[in-house]
Amino acid sequence: MFLRLALCSLWNRKGSALLTFLAITVSVFVLLGVEQIRHQAKSSFGNTVSGIDLIVGARTGDINLLLYSVFRLGNATNNISWQSYQHIADDPNVAWTIPISLGDSHKGYRVMGTTADYFTHFRFGQNKRLELAEGAPFSDLFDVVLGSEVARSLGYSLGDKLVLAHGLGSTSFSQHDDKPFRVAGILKPTGTPVDQTLHVSLEGIEAIHIGWQNGVKLPGSPMAPGAIALGTGALDTTTHHDLTPKTITAFMVGLKSKLATFQLQRQINTYTGEPLLAILPGVTLTQLWQMMAVMENTLRLISALVLLASLLGLAAMLLASIRERQREIAVMRAIGASPWFLLALIEMEAVLIALAGSILATGLLCLSTTLTAEVLAERFSLFIESTVITPQMFTYLLAVILGTVLVALIPGISVYKSALHQKLAR
Amino acid sequence: MLVSIQNISFHYGSANIPVLAIPQWSVQSGERVFLHGPSGSGKSTLLNLLAGILLPNSGAIEILGQRLNALSARRRDKWRARHIGVVFQQFNLIPYFGAVDNIRLAAHFARTPNATGRAKELLQALGIDENLHHQPASQLSIGQQQRVAIARALINQPELLIVDEPTSALDTQNRNAFMTLLLEQAQRNDTALIFVSHDLSLAGRFSRVEALVEINRAGGQH
Repeated sequence: MFLRLALCSLWNRKGSALLTFLAITVSVFVLLGVEQIRHQAKSSFGNTVSGIDLIVGARTGDINLLLYSVFRLGNATNNISWQSYQHIADDPNVAWTIPISLGDSHKGYRVMGTTADYFTHFRFGQNKRLELAEGAPFSDLFDVVLGSEVARSLGYSLGDKLVLAHGLGSTSFSQHDDKPFRVAGILKPTGTPVDQTLHVSLEGIEAIHIGWQNGVKLPGSPMAPGAIALGTGALDTTTHHDLTPKTITAFMVGLKSKLATFQLQRQINTYTGEPLLAILPGVTLTQLWQMMAVMENTLRLISALVLLASLLGLAAMLLASIRERQREIAVMRAIGASPWFLLALIEMEAVLIALAGSILATGLLCLSTTLTAEVLAERFSLFIESTVITPQMFTYLLAVILGTVLVALIPGISVYKSALHQKLAR
Repeated sequence: MLVSIQNISFHYGSANIPVLAIPQWSVQSGERVFLHGPSGSGKSTLLNLLAGILLPNSGAIEILGQRLNALSARRRDKWRARHIGVVFQQFNLIPYFGAVDNIRLAAHFARTPNATGRAKELLQALGIDENLHHQPASQLSIGQQQRVAIARALINQPELLIVDEPTSALDTQNRNAFMTLLLEQAQRNDTALIFVSHDLSLAGRFSRVEALVEINRAGGQH
C-alpha cells in the first residue's frame, strides 16, 4: 500500500518526476562512466606489460626507463653495450631476455629493433602472448612486423615496402631510403603501445645504420653494393658486415625463479662494467599510476558534484510538491497517518526516482560499452572488459541511494513539520 | 458514554485568550448530534480536539473511556485511525488514488484486514458504480467524492463519525441524497455522529441539536 501510494503520487507529478529522473540518470551515468573509464584505464595501463621480471637500461630514473622501454615515450639517456647485455643474459638465473633498440621511426610511429624472442616471451594483459593477425614474425633482415594501429592508420598490408626514418619526428629529413623494409606480419590489437610500434630485427637496425655516424648519413661511405642483399634469406645469412649490434637501448628479463628477482636487480644496479638500472615493471607502473592520482580524484570529484547537483534538484522538486500537497497531508493525518509516515513517503518517492535512475544509467552504461567495445578496440586500441559491474560501482550505487535518503531529508523534515501542525481540512 | 469533555480550555500558540472553553459536554454511543454555530465559534477547533489532532491546554477529553492527552502522538494517530471516521466539507480523498485505494489506505492505518471486499460493498451500498471503483478520485464528481468519503470514514467501523459541513459543495438534490445515505450508514454501523453545519435546515434529521455558542464559554473568538 505504501509503495503503491508513493508510485501513484509520483505518477501524479509525472512531468517534474520524469525530468528529475532523467537528471539523476545522466548524473549516475556520468559517475559510473567515469569510474568505468578510470577502472579500464588503470587495468589497461597495468596490463601494458606482464610476465616480465625486470627491465634493464642505462642508469636513469625508474619511470623514465619504463616510459621509453614500454610506452615508447621520451628518450633513453644512454645505451647499453652489447657486452653488458650478454653478461647479464648469461646469468644462470635468467631464463630469457628480449633486447630492444629504439631511435628510429616511421611517420611518427616508433621503430623497435628486437629479436624473435620478443614474439615468444613478451606478455601483456592477463599473461597474453602477442598474436599475428596475418603474416609471420620477421625472418629476413629487412622484414618489419607492424602493430595493428600502425597498419590500420597507415593502410599497410603484407608485402608493402616502407622506409624508416632516423630519429623520432613524424617528418624526418634523414630517411633510410636506401634500405626499404617489407611488411612481413601484422599483429592483432593488444590495447598497449605495441599497437603503435614497428618491429624489426636488431640486425635490421644495424644494417640500416651502416655508413652512418652520430646519426648522420656519411655521403662518402655508401654501403657497399651487395653487402646486404634484400630478401636473400634468413637473419643468419653471412654478410660482409658483422651485424651484431654494439649497443642496445634496453632489455627485458624473464627469470627462472621469481625468488632471484631482487638479487639480480641488485647485481645489475651495482654492475661495475657500466652504470645500469633494473626496474620491476609492475612496481614502476604502480608508481606511475600514482602520479595520476590527482587527475583520477579530480574526475571523481566532478562526477560526485554532478550527482550532488541532481540530488539537490530532486530535493527541490519534492520540496516544491509539498506546498501543493497540503490537502493530501490533511487527509492522511485525518485518517491516522503519523508525521513519520509522511516523511517516509517523501523518502520513498526520492529513493524510487534515484533507484530507477541508477538502474537505467547502469543499463545504458552496459549497453553503450557493449556497443562501442568493438569500435574502441579497433580505433583506439582501448579494450573494455565485458564485466562492467565492479564492486566499486556497487559501492557508488549504494552511495547514490544513501545520498538520496540524506538529501530527501530536506523535503522530508519539511513535510514532517507540516504534518505535525496540520489540522483537519475544512 | 462515548465522548466526555470535562473543563477543557484551548488557546492557540502563546496567545492566552482561549478560543474554546467547555465546562462539560458529552455524547452517548450511537447518538446523532447536530452542532451549529456561526463561523469563528470554535467548531473547527472542537473537531480537531475530538480527533486528537489538537490537545486541550487544560481539562480532559475522553473518548470510549480513553483519555486522549494520555496517549503519545504516535498512538493517538493510530487510535484515531481505528476509532474515528472523518468527513470534511470537500477534498476528502487523495486525488490521484482510486476510490477503493482511498478506502484501503484508511484501513491500512487502522490495520483493518480484508478491506478491499468491504470497501466495494460500502461503495455499492453508497451507489458508486463498479466502473468508478478504480478511477482516480479527482475524476469523480463532488457528490461521488463525498459518498466515497463516507465509505472511507466507515471502513474501520469507527465508534464516532465526525462530519464537518459535508454538504456545502453539493446542490439540494445531492445534499438530500448524501444526508440519507450518511444517516443510513451511520445507523447500520451503530456509529455515533457529530455533524457540524450552519445549515439549520438539516437539523430535523438529528436526535439532538446544539448551538456551539451555548456550550463554548470562551465567548466565540474563533
